[in-house]
Amino acid sequence: MALAAPLQQAQGETLVRVENLKKWYPVTGGSIISRVVGHVKAVDGVSFTIRRGETFGLVGESGCGKTTLGKVLLRLQEPTAGAVYFEGRNIFELNKEEMRKLRREMQIIFQDPYASLNPRMTVGEIIGEPLEIHGVARGREKEKRVQQLLEVVGLASYHARRYPHEFSGGQRQRIGIARALALNPKLIVCDEPVSALDVSIQSQILNLLSDLQKEFGLTYLFIAHGLAVVKHISDRVGVMYLGKLVEIADKREIYANPRHPYTEALMSAIPIPDPTVRRERIILEGDVPSPINPPSGCRFHTRCRLAEEICREVEPSLVDIGNDHWVACHVRTR
Amino acid sequence: MLLALPLARREAEPETPGRPDDATGARQVIRRFLRHRLAVMGLVILAALAVLALFGRQIAPHDPNAIIADVTTDAPSPGHPLGLDPVGRDNLSRLIDATRISLSVGVGSVAIYVTIGVILGALAGYFGGWVDMVIMRLADVVLSFPTLMLILVVTAVVGPSFWNVILVLGLLGWPPVARLVRGEFLTLREREFTQAARALGARDSRIIFRHILPNASGPILVAATFGTAQAILVEAALSFLGLGVQPPQASWGNMLIAAQSLTVLEEKPWMWLPPGLMIFISVLAINFVGDGLRDALDPRLRR
Repeated sequence: MALAAPLQQAQGETLVRVENLKKWYPVTGGSIISRVVGHVKAVDGVSFTIRRGETFGLVGESGCGKTTLGKVLLRLQEPTAGAVYFEGRNIFELNKEEMRKLRREMQIIFQDPYASLNPRMTVGEIIGEPLEIHGVARGREKEKRVQQLLEVVGLASYHARRYPHEFSGGQRQRIGIARALALNPKLIVCDEPVSALDVSIQSQILNLLSDLQKEFGLTYLFIAHGLAVVKHISDRVGVMYLGKLVEIADKREIYANPRHPYTEALMSAIPIPDPTVRRERIILEGDVPSPINPPSGCRFHTRCRLAEEICREVEPSLVDIGNDHWVACHVRTR
Repeated sequence: MLLALPLARREAEPETPGRPDDATGARQVIRRFLRHRLAVMGLVILAALAVLALFGRQIAPHDPNAIIADVTTDAPSPGHPLGLDPVGRDNLSRLIDATRISLSVGVGSVAIYVTIGVILGALAGYFGGWVDMVIMRLADVVLSFPTLMLILVVTAVVGPSFWNVILVLGLLGWPPVARLVRGEFLTLREREFTQAARALGARDSRIIFRHILPNASGPILVAATFGTAQAILVEAALSFLGLGVQPPQASWGNMLIAAQSLTVLEEKPWMWLPPGLMIFISVLAINFVGDGLRDALDPRLRR
């Protein structure tokens, strides 16, 4: 394994740096002439880094903007403001052709394995397409590479001739993974890759993802809506609420010592497989406020059990409380 | 829950039973098409019509434009099973010769307007914004004219002829196709597999032609077949009104002109019934083929 040594050195080096990223969707109104009456602030000023070779877990409730963040980070959508540096280059400053070339390095695995595969293409065509697009391999060589990829993700080479609808959900997700792997990317955004699967299959896919990470030195941005899945696979975890990151820390740190009240509430929602354990549940009141008019100050203050006067007025920023543990909370960082 | 389970190692889920003769692509489409009985019947009829259209002159017993002078009745007779038309030409030969004209008008005009409709609809749906705005308003304008009226006026201005009928039908027929294609593109553009292609670095042309268009082909094909049938009917109507294909060239529509006379309609059914039946049969056959093709092209529908 000649790969292993430089990889070890590379640990801790920054692969992706996200700076103050914003994605606002305009809300239009008016009957004859449409005008913008507001914005859905799906992602509203997010900054973090992803280190080479790690898995950065991103959690949050539905609608908190984590999927949007993943898509903007790959420039599948244009940002409203902010920057994403991939190996030091701001990807939003690249022109169309440069961006197209850079896509070899960054890939995505989608949540819904039923919607993410073109029903009119065979599995071989789907997995071979990235090779064709970037002129990596053609003809016989491409076929060989496709068969290798199928085997890497635990499928058989004769599956290449079949269509996606002939496979189960877990198998389809493996096809999606093989497609993402085809170009040997450095970064893979996993957008809730197991949420649509049965629990028994979820663990198989998660294991496959961590095996592949070791084998190919991949970096993951792993998006999920519960901390349980993220705990299994992540090195560091970021918690998102209403378009903002509220806490970032090492996995062990955040599970042992959650500081943000929202993280605490999420933690207490993880089931413990032991009926004799009693613990205090923190149950959040009310719904997530609308991202069109997010609450002033700290966005969580409307549901927070610790909220004080300052939380309503001043927006807290992420503060390092030591141990590379960042929290955005007035009360807890005092 | 998930964490409590002993995590299984990499082993594939039970797979769908494999078919040893899992054919791919075109062969599968053909197999699925052949399973559709009405479609196969329609295809056989269409093939027969196509033979009539291509070799009509050789098959027809008489010259379709020659006036038969030695027969004194226009009723069916041994040499002329469908009788003679009011001018004295052999009806069967004219019916056969008209097949070429009617099918060409149907196929030709639809080929023109499906091409225009797909291109404009794809541009509007894929790129959106002002491109979409301009194209769709143009479609609205064309659609807001009373169609038959417009066709009558245009043919009256440019002069009625075989080519003009094709052109007029072709240039005016695209808006419904453009709308249909735009709608398909709007939904397919946002589908995850299109986004996946974009994430892989596919160019717009590849996304349009490999990912979106094949998935929109079903509705387009159905529109095209119904359109062909429709065009044959419109040509018949135009020719019946005297503004379509001009005599002496026979078309099914202008053969029906004979039925404008009440005596012919009541007492000489051999003059108008055969062209009417030909229109009916060809329109039906085309529609069946369209249905069958739509089902065969969709790999999700298979039994």
